[in-house]
Amino acid sequence: MIMNLSEIKLENLIGAVAAKRASGYRFVTITCSDLGDAFDLLYHFDKELKLETLRVRLPKGAELPSISAEYFAALLVENEIKDLFGIAVAGMLLDYQGRFLLPEDAPRNPWRRPSGDADPGAAPRKEGSDHE
Amino acid sequence: MLKFIGNILQNLTHKPATRPYPYQKRAPIAGNRGHLVIDPAVCIYCGLCSKRCPTQALAVTRKPNPNSWTLDPYRCILCGYCVEVCPKHCLSLKPEHGDYSSPNSP
Amino acid sequence: MSRITVIPFGPQHPVLPEPIQLRLELKDEKVVSALPVVGYVHRGLEKLVETKDYLQTVYITERVCGICSFIHSVAYCQGIETIMGVEVPPRARYLRVIWSETHRLHSHLLWFGLLADSFGFENLFMQIWRAREAVLDLQEATAGARVILGTCCVGGVRRDIDQTGRDLTLATLDKLEQDIKKIANPILKDYGVQQRTVGIGRISRELTYERGAVGPTARAAGIAQDLRQTGYAAYGELDFQPVVETAGDCYARLQVRVREMNQSIELIRRALERMPASPISVPVKGNPDGETVSRVEQPRGEVIYYLRGNGGKNLARMRIRTPTFANIPALLAMLPGAELANVPVITLSIDPCISCTER
Repeated sequence: MIMNLSEIKLENLIGAVAAKRASGYRFVTITCSDLGDAFDLLYHFDKELKLETLRVRLPKGAELPSISAEYFAALLVENEIKDLFGIAVAGMLLDYQGRFLLPEDAPRNPWRRPSGDADPGAAPRKEGSDHE
Repeated sequence: MLKFIGNILQNLTHKPATRPYPYQKRAPIAGNRGHLVIDPAVCIYCGLCSKRCPTQALAVTRKPNPNSWTLDPYRCILCGYCVEVCPKHCLSLKPEHGDYSSPNSP
Repeated sequence: MSRITVIPFGPQHPVLPEPIQLRLELKDEKVVSALPVVGYVHRGLEKLVETKDYLQTVYITERVCGICSFIHSVAYCQGIETIMGVEVPPRARYLRVIWSETHRLHSHLLWFGLLADSFGFENLFMQIWRAREAVLDLQEATAGARVILGTCCVGGVRRDIDQTGRDLTLATLDKLEQDIKKIANPILKDYGVQQRTVGIGRISRELTYERGAVGPTARAAGIAQDLRQTGYAAYGELDFQPVVETAGDCYARLQVRVREMNQSIELIRRALERMPASPISVPVKGNPDGETVSRVEQPRGEVIYYLRGNGGKNLARMRIRTPTFANIPALLAMLPGAELANVPVITLSIDPCISCTER
């Protein structure tokens, strides 16, 4: 359970983030997880040690609007999720072209799962399968 | 700057803070997790340690194969999780740092 | 007449203990803009967690950082305990505070030494690291390892500090307090040190907040935020007050850390004094099912863990945001206008920990 969580629609994201900024919140980070058919994005904000979270559901293939115009600090983490999950982020102030965290010869979007893939925690993988 | 003079005098008159390692080694600190040892007489080769090991450093075989317990010291992170889960308490961590560079290391 | 020169600062640079590159655009000797290039030590630890069960993951989180490892495992274990509704015994909460604070001590001492090295004060570097050695020996004696302690587990801690350990801790702290007094106080008043740090890398309170900076970087600019104020583990019972400076320059960040070292010594003494007798861990049964966000204060600032389990042994998702990741945007605001010779000092003043950043 996450305290102070509110679910919002993708089209309301920029407005909700701008409202957070206007009421004096500090940007903490964005958490992304791949649910198979969609991405689950959590935007964390902090004000006087109270954490508030916005939850957005992003369907696969959809474009995520960048919040780096509101919060410059979101730039790095947006580049990170672009690298790891292959999410197209529109309007970033600075775009590393998918090579922020990963070097030139690394695989592209290593954390992205094919659609319909189950959560990894549900079915424990075979021992040692991480070495292949 | 004059406040540092005491420190300077101390450095001039005292022995170095370092030791001429490896000629002079420090006695191991009791309770340190230095290297992993097994008492093969007590071990029942249940394989629980190898299942729980976070780095797959342990390999255990039992019947019908010959009983064996092997440790890959280069994978072991000396966390002590195997020592906790061992039902016969035959694994233990000794405070001396293992010398894994030689083939007959502890 | 001046033109723009681009200088790659790092990834291999004498003052950087870990690889990060700052692509500096210079006009003569002044920095115009800086671009961070990371990714040299990305290890994919968050992905690795999906193949380990949630009890083995404690050892992975300890290895996210080589300096504040124990505090990472505290953050992780607190998160799992929240999901599973585990109540940690009081003595374990105090022991977590004690080892967290020894970690803060050795981390700040390490940083202080590296800062001295960055402005060319090699002698001071050695003096400080000699003092730091006592903290590492203390951790070896009380926890069984010098840096990666491995004493935090889900449901409590794995080792207790007995009377001998308690006496040793108090003796080490007395000696360390003397050492810090002998070294740090004259250094803070030293002309050379002040020349290299006062007014260098200055950042305003508003900009620091806007860039999302955390930890000593934020507290040196007057933002009195420290997650220990939320009272996690046993901090709520130890009369904790954050250390704050207002100047926002490298000297203020140095002052904050020196004062935090003394504060850590005081917190450990208080924790040893008030630590109640109780079991040190409770057995944990079942698998985590649910999600949570766990935040604790590291030497470098706030670390945030997002954990999601779905009833299986392995976690479905773990995400870590480390303090250096949050401090890089603030660093980018400090650099423009600085002299090239001051770039190493400014970079070190946020205490960059790159392996954490890239996980």
